[in-house]
Amino acid sequence: MPVSTVPFIQEPPLTVQADAARRRIEELLRAEEELILPRWHAIAKAPADELREIYLALLSGFQEGEDLTEVRGALAELSRSRARQGHTPSDTARAVFGLKEAVYETVERDGTAEALLGFTWFSRLIDDLGLFTFESYASAREKIILDQAEQLLELSTPVVKLWDGIVAVPLVGTLDSARTQVVMEKLLQTLVDNGAEHAVIDITGVPAVDTQVAQHLLKTVFAARLMGAECVISGIRPQIAHTIVTLGIEFGDIVTKASLADALAYMLRRRGIEISQAERPRIAVRTEHR
Amino acid sequence: MTGDGPLPIVSNADIVAVRQQVRTAAVESGFSLIDQTKVVTAASELARNALVYAGGGQVRIEVVENARRRGLRLEFHDEGPGIPDVEQALTDGWTTGSGLGLGLSGSRRLVDEFDLDSVPGKGTTVTVTKWAR
Repeated sequence: MPVSTVPFIQEPPLTVQADAARRRIEELLRAEEELILPRWHAIAKAPADELREIYLALLSGFQEGEDLTEVRGALAELSRSRARQGHTPSDTARAVFGLKEAVYETVERDGTAEALLGFTWFSRLIDDLGLFTFESYASAREKIILDQAEQLLELSTPVVKLWDGIVAVPLVGTLDSARTQVVMEKLLQTLVDNGAEHAVIDITGVPAVDTQVAQHLLKTVFAARLMGAECVISGIRPQIAHTIVTLGIEFGDIVTKASLADALAYMLRRRGIEISQAERPRIAVRTEHR
Repeated sequence: MTGDGPLPIVSNADIVAVRQQVRTAAVESGFSLIDQTKVVTAASELARNALVYAGGGQVRIEVVENARRRGLRLEFHDEGPGIPDVEQALTDGWTTGSGLGLGLSGSRRLVDEFDLDSVPGKGTTVTVTKWAR
């Protein structure tokens, strides 16, 4: 008999065999649920009810011709809840892989050739599902990071009222185009809302002022000016002053101050507000406990 | 810091990372606060140039030493369009983009040694050195 015909003879039985093998695993999963589930629970160290949900979803998925949508949904939920409890994604994946061990014990006891063959298929399936928990963990993380970046953008640019008609923006950290946009919008809106005519942009928290940052600052000041407000830039520390001069950036007629206090004093003077020191001496009372 | 290989510059976040790395290296090399700020600002300018005008590049940060003092050498390299007229590019206020036109000329003033090597169509390498005082 020519050798080349062998695959043709063997192939159909193989698929039939594979089908039988899958069915055998399915039967085992269904019949031995009472044995497998507690065993899986012991190996995985994950909440029993969530494992049961995944298990049942897996069974009903098999019934509908390997439709694993529901299983994936349950796994994503498991991945999320475990991440919240501080488990690593490896822990979660390992918990899923634990089902292989639990099922293998049953397969071994069953001892049929179908079950053993089916286990290879089952184990590949569980590997995929384990990796899926990893993926959903990563995408959940990604979403958190994106949300936080957005929140940070909002949080890091407060506009505070210093005095009637005087607002201040304390800038902290890196000033890129996106943040400057937010700062500018917020500042201009606050000027309108508060009817303020004076604004202080404090850059004490900005570690380095390069040409881009300077350009963003200048644009913000000019935009405020167009609205009839006067801006002062404060928080220029010695090293920043040095660098700005060396770079050759000119701030033109924009008033700059070393500290926020200087800027406030300047603004108050501009508004004609005088602050005088009280003449009455202040008495500090201190008590000591022995 | 040295021997870590070049840092990539492909996004705005990378410019922030370059600044942070250069600041760490400057602190370790004993730079004064003013010199730290200067070299960090120069790094920021040159990294942004690589990103904006060449679409990205890389930087190698090296701690160098001569007989008397320690310094920091930064080598920015990109494979962008290159600079056709270096003289003009180093003029204050000249820009082909939308910036202030002070990045390149300003960085030259911020550091002690400045070397610009550009081949039109091939790319640009800017090497700067700043010595601790």
